[in-house]
Amino acid sequence: MSDILNDETKKVLVEPLVTNNPITLQVLGICSALAVTSQMSTSLIMALALTLVTACSSAAISSIRNHIPSSIRIIVQMTIIASLVIVVDQCLKAFAYDVSKQLSVFVGLIITNCIVMGRAEAYAMKNPPLESFMDGIGNGAGYSLILIIVAFFRETLGSGKLLGIEVFKLTKDGGWYDPNGLMLLPPSAFFIIGLIIWSVRQWKPAQNETVEFKILSISHGEGGHH
Amino acid sequence: MRKECPYREKLCSKLEQCEHYQKFRAYCLKVLALSNDNLEKTIAIAVALCLVCAVLVSLAAVALKPLQISNKELDMKKNILDVAGLLQADSDIEKVFSTQIEAKLVDLETGAYVEGDANNYDQRKAAKDPAQSIAIPKDKDIAHIRVKAKLAKVYLVKDGDKTQSIILPVSGYGLWSTLYGFLALDADGQTVQSINFYDQAETPGLGGEVVNPKWRALWKGKKVYAETDQASLEKGLVEEADKGEPALALIKGTVDNSKAGSQYQVDGLAGASLTSTGVTNLVRYWMSKEGFATYLSKVRTVAEKKS
Repeated sequence: MSDILNDETKKVLVEPLVTNNPITLQVLGICSALAVTSQMSTSLIMALALTLVTACSSAAISSIRNHIPSSIRIIVQMTIIASLVIVVDQCLKAFAYDVSKQLSVFVGLIITNCIVMGRAEAYAMKNPPLESFMDGIGNGAGYSLILIIVAFFRETLGSGKLLGIEVFKLTKDGGWYDPNGLMLLPPSAFFIIGLIIWSVRQWKPAQNETVEFKILSISHGEGGHH
Repeated sequence: MRKECPYREKLCSKLEQCEHYQKFRAYCLKVLALSNDNLEKTIAIAVALCLVCAVLVSLAAVALKPLQISNKELDMKKNILDVAGLLQADSDIEKVFSTQIEAKLVDLETGAYVEGDANNYDQRKAAKDPAQSIAIPKDKDIAHIRVKAKLAKVYLVKDGDKTQSIILPVSGYGLWSTLYGFLALDADGQTVQSINFYDQAETPGLGGEVVNPKWRALWKGKKVYAETDQASLEKGLVEEADKGEPALALIKGTVDNSKAGSQYQVDGLAGASLTSTGVTNLVRYWMSKEGFATYLSKVRTVAEKKS
């Protein structure tokens, strides 16, 4: 195994978890992170599906990278990703119907997920297939990690459940917990992801972007429009 | 060591001899050797990629279709058994379905059964076919479905010869999506047994709670049509004109079961007033004369005659 897991592979597998996380640092894939995280079960399915699709599409794109004309490279990547997603969806419908029913809404989201294309463009176009595959797995794992954290807070605080199992007894069922309805709506994921980004950047200050401009404080007598 | 396959040998030698193959191969090699910015290569790669992807996608779609269809049918049967209260974890769906459930076609206008291949009739498809459907006038379209199939597919749950319950297909617009489901009524065509939405895309946790078993259990025993017994008339709870009109509705908050009229009320979904209104409207629509009212009154007269 040691020759397969060389330094580069290790790097692309581990780095996207925290130091180069696709959501918190690259800020990609936010749309689906908002849409699917109201329940843990859908988040897990989405995370798994996205990881697989990113890995396979990166490997496929990387294997023909030397022959992709640069003028149509985005369309080529898109075609490969879309075909893969459709094939996966068809297989799910045939072999795992219950899962596919839950996933149906999210399949379209995988095709348009920025992470898949982002990794194809940023990594798979320049690196060999195996590393690209691992890079896809790594980034998928980074995405999954954030999704699971967000879904954990949204499902427990929003509906008092985790994976559909009751953890807080709700007031409407005679318990003590009054659920926070905002947590069930997509905007709440913005707050949680924002808090995660803030705490990661507190922990690893290197991730802070350099300040492009400074907001000047306006003292009396200066500034403002006359 | 690799085994020599005779077919492979044959195929290879045939290909070698084929002039077109040789030309094609030479062309491919030529194109691949071109620079990536070359126009000819760009077009050739685009065409080749599209061909490969198209073949892959259509292969998957065609080869897996039979499996997908049988999955879908099994799932539908599962939903029907679920709403009929016959679904147990270990039950053989096909067997229970074939022995206890009978599908029938109903003409919505006359309320009479129609001869036909009920098992293979797809009401949702028929609603989209202009020849088999009718547009609903705007003022009557409270469920916002615009068209309905002329024939509806109902399921009768049989216990021997006796009809135990009637399962009616219902649909209507909620907040984001059209909800499709089944409403199971007792043989009297008045008392609700259960409701089950098998296809919807409402907000998970809010409107999506229409699939919550706890909420669905609240429907059991509710009455669909307003009954104008003397006592309620006197109290002014119902008016003579309401008689026989669908009265079942979702209300805001929790139903107080001790109050009069609570038999027509179901708890609304918390935080999902638009989905709740949608559910009320779709039940009202399908239980009205536009929907199954004519059929249900026929069922009741037949049952009364028998007894």
